[in-house]
Amino acid sequence: MGYTLNFSAVWRNFDDLLAGLLLSLELAFVALLIGCVLGLVTAFGLISRNGWARRPAALYVTVIRNLPILVLILFAYFALPQMGIRLGKIESFVATLAIYSGAYLAEVFRAGLISIPPGLSEAGLAIGLKPRQIRTSIIIPLMIRNVLPSLSSTLISLFKDTSLAAAIAVPELTFEARKINVETFRVVETWIVASGLYVATCSVLAASMRVIERRLTLAR
Amino acid sequence: MSDCLLEISGLRKFFGPVEVLKGVDFSMREGEVVSIIGSSGSGKTTMLRCINMLEEFQGGTIRLDGETIGYEETASGRKRKSETEIARQRALTGMAFQQFNLFPHMSAVENVMLGLVKVKKMGREEAREIALKWLERVGLAERAGHYPGQLSGGQQQRVAIARAIAMNPKLMLFDEVTSALDPELVGEVLQVIKDLAADGMSMLLVTHEMRFAYEVSSRVIFMNQGVIGEQGDPKVMFNAPQSERLAEFLKTSSFV
Repeated sequence: MGYTLNFSAVWRNFDDLLAGLLLSLELAFVALLIGCVLGLVTAFGLISRNGWARRPAALYVTVIRNLPILVLILFAYFALPQMGIRLGKIESFVATLAIYSGAYLAEVFRAGLISIPPGLSEAGLAIGLKPRQIRTSIIIPLMIRNVLPSLSSTLISLFKDTSLAAAIAVPELTFEARKINVETFRVVETWIVASGLYVATCSVLAASMRVIERRLTLAR
Repeated sequence: MSDCLLEISGLRKFFGPVEVLKGVDFSMREGEVVSIIGSSGSGKTTMLRCINMLEEFQGGTIRLDGETIGYEETASGRKRKSETEIARQRALTGMAFQQFNLFPHMSAVENVMLGLVKVKKMGREEAREIALKWLERVGLAERAGHYPGQLSGGQQQRVAIARAIAMNPKLMLFDEVTSALDPELVGEVLQVIKDLAADGMSMLLVTHEMRFAYEVSSRVIFMNQGVIGEQGDPKVMFNAPQSERLAEFLKTSSFV
């Protein structure tokens, strides 16, 4: 092929890649955190018998799940300022990713909620707990255990989706890799290293989530 | 009627268009042990669940320890009380369920402590002390740290009873508490209930254990198609049923 691998240019700029990776992780975690709150509220809306809670929740989930995430990112960054909502690149991206993940997490949480036997809520009511106390002491802790496997795959998806922030020049891992690519022309080396970083980070994320899962698994 | 602990009058309950309770009148005094028997679909469990508002009801009143449960009459008609008020009233009764319904993410002692801490606002240490005392009463002191998944059905049900009793209710409601148990585990649960009865606890039990109803109850009520068909001393009722229905029911159930 006549192409000799030479990684030295990539290693010289490795700090930039690491900084990008760190930013990617931060974007994913913050988005997941906000997304979890959105998803939880929406999930309770989805299972509510009250139409005023259920319909907006269902609309949110339907709209977001039928939009490609790249369109959402571009819409938030380019179209919203025209409508008077001006956010920085990073804020705009995190907000988009959070709203995006919230819709998917709502479905995950909804499934986790409806698999909890209704008798447990009744037992809570019977000892005099208020509905809010039942949610915080019984329903949510059990729901989290139910959804941990899905939560870990959502986290990994979100982490990978942060690469799309390159489209609006957020200096995360993919953006940094493209910069090194353009500046040094070490195309193959750059993307091999970037890919390696993604794979390694995802593996670490998955392993950590498995540890958490194991610690929270209920004795049977 | 002020010596009445529980007074139900004209209780009516619909599931959609189906009327499952068609005007139930019933009262019991403090310290009484009353068993509710009857075939499935007769409304016994529904009646029990109305008393702690796990079921809404559409007509009649339930008074417990002088309080009107669940609803109040206002100028604009009958209105459901606030959730806070209903929660407080629910704590007047304790309930044990067919499926135990222990909280699976909490150990036995934490199950019992939850209501003491969250409802009675006790400190954790005091709550733990009381919880351990009740676990000891049901013979499970050494299982306090076990999770429900690590306990047998009979042990789970005894924890569930301790959880309800620890709240110091005026009246205990038992909803077919042995129906989901393996036969060899039924005895240990019934023994716990017997002990509580001997202590003077007021109890209302829905049960299929005719022998048990016969032995423990001061009174038995026979529910039939949404009303009380017959009631009285179990010794009299079981040996000389007044109605055809009860005679038939006793014949088909395992009472010998």
